[in-house]
This record gives sequence, C-alpha cells and structure tokens, in this order.
Amino acid sequence: MVKALVFLLCLAPTAYLAWGLLYDGLGPNPIEYITRDTGDWTLRFLLISLLITPARRILAKPALIKYRRMLGLFAFYYAFLHFLTYIWLDRFFDVADTLKDIAKRPFITVGFASFVLLIPLAITSTAGWIRRLGGKRWALLHRAVYISVILGVIHYWWLVKSDIRLPLMYAVFAAILLGYRLYVSFRPARP
Amino acid sequence: MSKIPYSQVTPQHIYANRRKFIQNAALAGLGLAGSAIAAKLDNVAKSPLSLKDEKLTPVDAVTGYNNFYEFGTSKDAPARNATNFKTNPWKLVIEGEVAKPKTYDLDSIMKLAPLEERIYRMRCVEAWSMVIPWIGFSLSEVIKRAEPTAKAKFVAFESYYDPRQMPQARYGGLPFPYIEGLRLDEAMHPLTLLCSGLYGETLPPQNGAPLRIVVPWKYGFKNIKSIVKIKLQEKQPNTTWALANNNEYGFYSNVNPGVDHPRWSQAKERRIGEFFKRDTLMFNGYGDQVAKLYAGMDLKKNY
Repeated sequence: MVKALVFLLCLAPTAYLAWGLLYDGLGPNPIEYITRDTGDWTLRFLLISLLITPARRILAKPALIKYRRMLGLFAFYYAFLHFLTYIWLDRFFDVADTLKDIAKRPFITVGFASFVLLIPLAITSTAGWIRRLGGKRWALLHRAVYISVILGVIHYWWLVKSDIRLPLMYAVFAAILLGYRLYVSFRPARP
Repeated sequence: MSKIPYSQVTPQHIYANRRKFIQNAALAGLGLAGSAIAAKLDNVAKSPLSLKDEKLTPVDAVTGYNNFYEFGTSKDAPARNATNFKTNPWKLVIEGEVAKPKTYDLDSIMKLAPLEERIYRMRCVEAWSMVIPWIGFSLSEVIKRAEPTAKAKFVAFESYYDPRQMPQARYGGLPFPYIEGLRLDEAMHPLTLLCSGLYGETLPPQNGAPLRIVVPWKYGFKNIKSIVKIKLQEKQPNTTWALANNNEYGFYSNVNPGVDHPRWSQAKERRIGEFFKRDTLMFNGYGDQVAKLYAGMDLKKNY
C-alpha cells in the first residue's frame, strides 16, 4: 500500500510535466524546461536512492530496503527521459551529429557517461539477475552508481554559466552520502 | 538655442511623450512610488530598419523569459524580483573622451530624437532567439552630441547597481555593476539602439527599464540593461562576462554560427515558440549592414 503510494509520488514530476505541456504551463521555452527538470529529477532520485542504506542503519529501519530498487529505477527513468529530450528535441535524432556533440563537449560527455553507467544497473535490477550474478558480484557492479552520481553532478556543474548554487547543493549531498560509505568501510572494527 | 522654451523646439509628438512621462511620474507618486509602470508610448514612428516578415515573439515571452542576473539567474526570476525596481528619477551620464560631457535625466534624453519602433531579432548566447519590437532611437544621437574626441575608440556602458534593490545579485556569480562595451564605430552604427520601450510601452523592469542598449547583430548579453553611464575611452573596456570567463564570452561576441561557444554549438538556435531549431545567421542576419565594420578581421580570433 505504502509502496504503491511512493510509486505514484515518484511519477508526480512526470505528471506535472505532462500537465504543463498540455496546458502551456512550462513557460516560454518548454523544451528547455523539460530538459532541466528531467535532469534535476535524475540527480534527486540518484541521491534519494543513495540515502536508503544510511537511513536504514541510522534510523534502524532495515525495511526501507524494499524502496531502494524502485527509487534507483526511477533515477534511470528520469535519466532516460532527460537523454530522450536531448536526442529528440535538441538533436532531432541526428545520430552522427549527436555522437560528435557527445565527443566534443565535456559536459555532455560526462552526462552521457553517467547515463550509460545506469543502463546495466537497470537491467540487472531484477531478482533473477541478482541470483545469476551472485550477491557479491551484483553489489560490486551496482557500486557503479557512485561514479554515475559523481559524473551527473559534474555534468550539471559544467553546464551552468556562473551561478553554481544548485550544482553545489547536489555536490554537497553526494559528498555526504558517498563520504558516509567511505567512513563505514574504513572505520576500525568494533571489538 | 537655450533661450527657446522646450515647447517650441520640441516636436509635438515627443512633447506628448514627455507629458506621458510626467503623468507617469505623477501616477507613480500616488501608488507605486517611483517604480517602473508601463506607460503607452504614443507617436512612435515605424523604422525602415525593422524586419519585415518575421513573426513577433509573444509579449508574455519577451517580458517573462529574461536574463538579468542582478534580479536572479533563472529566466522567470527577473519578472518576479524586479517588480518594484525604482527607475524614477533616473540619471544617465555620458563622459570620458568627449568635448561635452553631460548628465541627462530621463525626460531630457527622451527629447533628443523622435522615437521609432525597431523590430529586431535577438539571439541569446544560450542558443535561443526572439523577434522583438523595441522602441527607441539610434544611440549615435546621444554620442554625437557629446562630441567624442580623437582619442575616443571605445564606448563602455555601465548598468545601475544597488544591492538593496537587487539582493539576488550576490548569487549571480558575476562582478557588478554590469559593464558592457562596443567599439566606437559599432556604437555609432544606426542599428545600435538606445531603447526605452517595447511592444508600444515603456520598458518593463525585467527588460532593462528605463533605458538599455540593443545591438541586434551581437549576442544578447551585449544588450546592457538599465544603463546609468556611457563612457568613451581609448582602451577596450573589460566587459563583465569576459571578466568572468574570457574564453567563452569575447568582447566582440558577434552572432556567428561558425564559432561555437566552448560548451555548446552556435550553429542553430531555437526561436522561442517554435518546435524545430533554425539555422543561426551570420551577424544574426544583419551582415549586409554591419559586415563592413569587420573587414579584414579574423572573427574566429576576435570572437
């Protein structure tokens, strides 16, 4: 029940965009709005999915694990919408031109890499794939999300013209969430 | 000349505009103490320099999608945050390498030449564009009256800056006041507009009330808003975006589809309101009028 509610909540940004498109609510440059908004939600969902593990331990609520896959998949979903907006509404499916753009512009290169890294994670998110890979290897593979979120933040940072407040905010959250993991793995074992 | 009253030397249509400004000021005194309220500008002549067949960008987009970092860095922030911007009284100083430096108030500068409507393309460095019916007259009208000296090679413009009225400015990541500049021959070009209105009315604050510059063959950030100073000088001025990031925003910043911004292509643009992108034109389509200003210059080097 709660899970279904969370699922709907995760879809709310999409509903808002769809509503805005239909009723002219995304401002004078709707394509730019959609591009920015889907990018923002990708980073937000990546960070929320990375929050689950620390939240389980700190709040002593191990049951939170049941939301992690869904949140991670929503990060991929918004990353896919973001990429789709770029290749469709910015590049109009000109593949050769897009490949050149990805290679030439560092902020697009890192953004694209961040997206590509999420693809195998989305594919192997099923119980069947966890079994096939084995828990250890699966967990190792899914650490790629750490790199993806770092690249995602760099992508945003390199995009802005001069006001770095928003990318800085994402960078701080990412640093805390990744720093927590470093701290946990390197702290001396308790006697 | 100074002995003749203004009512006799000023053409009627400008005189009417002036009255409108006084009415406007009186209105402002009643309710909105000195803030910029839209007033209709009457007797605005059509200009032969206007575009003929391009569709105007809707007024809501022109006045609701703005870059004006003093009032916030998102596109909708200036319209929200500049509502109470005080533009009355206003002073504009012209100084530096001129024989006749002068300080104008808004009323006196509006009387220098008849107002014209100029429909221009506006191409932002971020690869979007608009078509806007500006109102004003050629900047040369002001500069020639100041009589530039032989040393005057460049013109530096300075925006109004008041951190109390512009609390968002500190997040902009730019040093303020905003400075822009042109070469003197660019500033004297008839297309270069001293602009006081758009869509038949005085400029809304987010569009640079009460006075701004419009140079239609350059990227939008060259069109400095809410100007308080025009300084003629021998040296090329250090402009704000060039100071912030010199390899991305050069002094000339002529619209050029062949010279990419280091982070994105300038070959195409999205006209606001259109779905597909269109090709960006050299000098934003004003090459016939302005290409001669850059004869022999390497425009890749002088971006």
